[in-house]
Amino acid sequence: MTAEPQKKTAFVPEVLGRSDYAIIGEIVEPNTKVLDLGCGEGELLQWLAENKGVDARGVEISSARVQRAIARGVSVYQGDIDEGLADYPNQAFDYVVLSQTLQQTQRPLKVLHEMLRVGRRVIVAFPNFGHWRVRLSMLVSGGAPKTKLFPYNWYDSPNIHFLTVSDFESLISAERLAVERRYFLAGHHKVHAMPNLLAEVAVYLIRAM
Amino acid sequence: MDNGATLAPVDVAYETYGELNAKKTNAILILHAFSGDAHAAGISHEAGKPGWWDNMIGPGKAFDTNKYFVICSNVLGGCRGTTGPASVNPATGCPYAMSFPVITIGDMVRLQKMLIDWFGIERLLSVSGGSMGGMQALEWALAYPERVVSAIPIATTTRHSAQQIAFNEVGRQAIMADPDWNEGNYHGRKPPARGLAVARMVGHITYMSDDSMREKFGRRLRGKENFGFDFDVDFEVESYLRYRGSEFVNRFDANSYLYITKAMDYFDLTNGHSTLSTAFSAATARFLVISFSSDWLYPSYQSQEIVRALRTRNCDVAYVELPSNYGHDAFLVDVAEQTDLIRGFLGSTFEKAQ
Repeated sequence: MTAEPQKKTAFVPEVLGRSDYAIIGEIVEPNTKVLDLGCGEGELLQWLAENKGVDARGVEISSARVQRAIARGVSVYQGDIDEGLADYPNQAFDYVVLSQTLQQTQRPLKVLHEMLRVGRRVIVAFPNFGHWRVRLSMLVSGGAPKTKLFPYNWYDSPNIHFLTVSDFESLISAERLAVERRYFLAGHHKVHAMPNLLAEVAVYLIRAM
Repeated sequence: MDNGATLAPVDVAYETYGELNAKKTNAILILHAFSGDAHAAGISHEAGKPGWWDNMIGPGKAFDTNKYFVICSNVLGGCRGTTGPASVNPATGCPYAMSFPVITIGDMVRLQKMLIDWFGIERLLSVSGGSMGGMQALEWALAYPERVVSAIPIATTTRHSAQQIAFNEVGRQAIMADPDWNEGNYHGRKPPARGLAVARMVGHITYMSDDSMREKFGRRLRGKENFGFDFDVDFEVESYLRYRGSEFVNRFDANSYLYITKAMDYFDLTNGHSTLSTAFSAATARFLVISFSSDWLYPSYQSQEIVRALRTRNCDVAYVELPSNYGHDAFLVDVAEQTDLIRGFLGSTFEKAQ
């Protein structure tokens, strides 16, 4: 009996170089139907299809990324997630995934509602604007924060909404959503205390109540 | 046939490329556009000409004939081997001409299905084509859903808009206004070459884009330094259109032009359905829909209508608008991008279907 196993469980491996993908890969049940919003070149979807046998679909706005996704055999369509979900019937998917994109949508709440309509469960991963480095960056520089998580200048950032773990928790209470699982990550480690200060990335598995 | 007529016997001209596998699971039906024919790939014996989609079909190409068995047939009503208005009516011993029944895209597809039955192919791995070929691919996916694993409609629509019908009508009127058309009875006489050439010239304008015409011709003069101050060819673009028009006359039948453009104008997947979404309720295939940014004849919004209807049925659909300057011609010209898409799509479809 050593302390080592404890450390190991706290370590999150990478899937395709990303810890949040590993968490999503862990959450998604095999042979389900998954829609990934802002799926980029479809790497996560391809991984889910190959490793979990999921029926993988994606939405992506960039033509070049959609081309590469389709070329790797993933069913992705070119469209805007701010308006793109309206055509889907209710509860069309087992999971709707929004990975690191919520802060980039025009109307995040509307997107969240639409995700909950078309998906039985929703997986949201977002960078935590409340992380201590972000706070320190702003405190020290007096300018818009620039960190590893938020590397952009204010004028060329794709991020148009800044939210913290605690903001998201408030939204969940206000919207009366059920959280099935929540994960907080800092690098390759899970954060167990003070996530609003220590988590770089948060991953939520939620559903409508 | 859709208009109630019966047509028999019917010849079908087709070509195949690659080998059908033992389980007959690797067959792909390629569907040609308005003026295409069964000669989709390879070099023809007669004219030594490459097929109309030779850059897409062959060993190692998008439709890889090392892996797949590719079939392409001339459409019903055509003039390149399959029975059409220029064919001889066995009842009269004369060409059908305008006594040929009015055909639809549905009729074309019904005849193709007989060909596929004859091959003993239970399910096609894919049906694919651009423009009118895309209409046939959609018709296949909805009329015989159990017979197609996937469909790749390119630069196409579920129904012609008023603008698309209008351009076809200009072409038809150009032919019918030519005295040599003679109510369609020009066989053994002088064909309505001027009318058919003008129809084709209008067609070619709609296949290009403002950008591609500027790049290709600009205002360059043809073989002269100054205007001729007459009505001979001055501009390169005039020369090109005249050349295209007269070349077309040698390979296409004027009555086929009338019948096939009419079939395109009649095509409407919503026929008999309250919405496009209900029309797609039968669809079970996996879809790859492709449009081109500069295609104003079959604009992207028409492809997006297909995609939206498929999404309302929760069908498996991939869609991309490829950036291109070539207008509607892009589906024949922009090979590199389409190759990556189609190779990846077919590869994963084939794997899943095994």
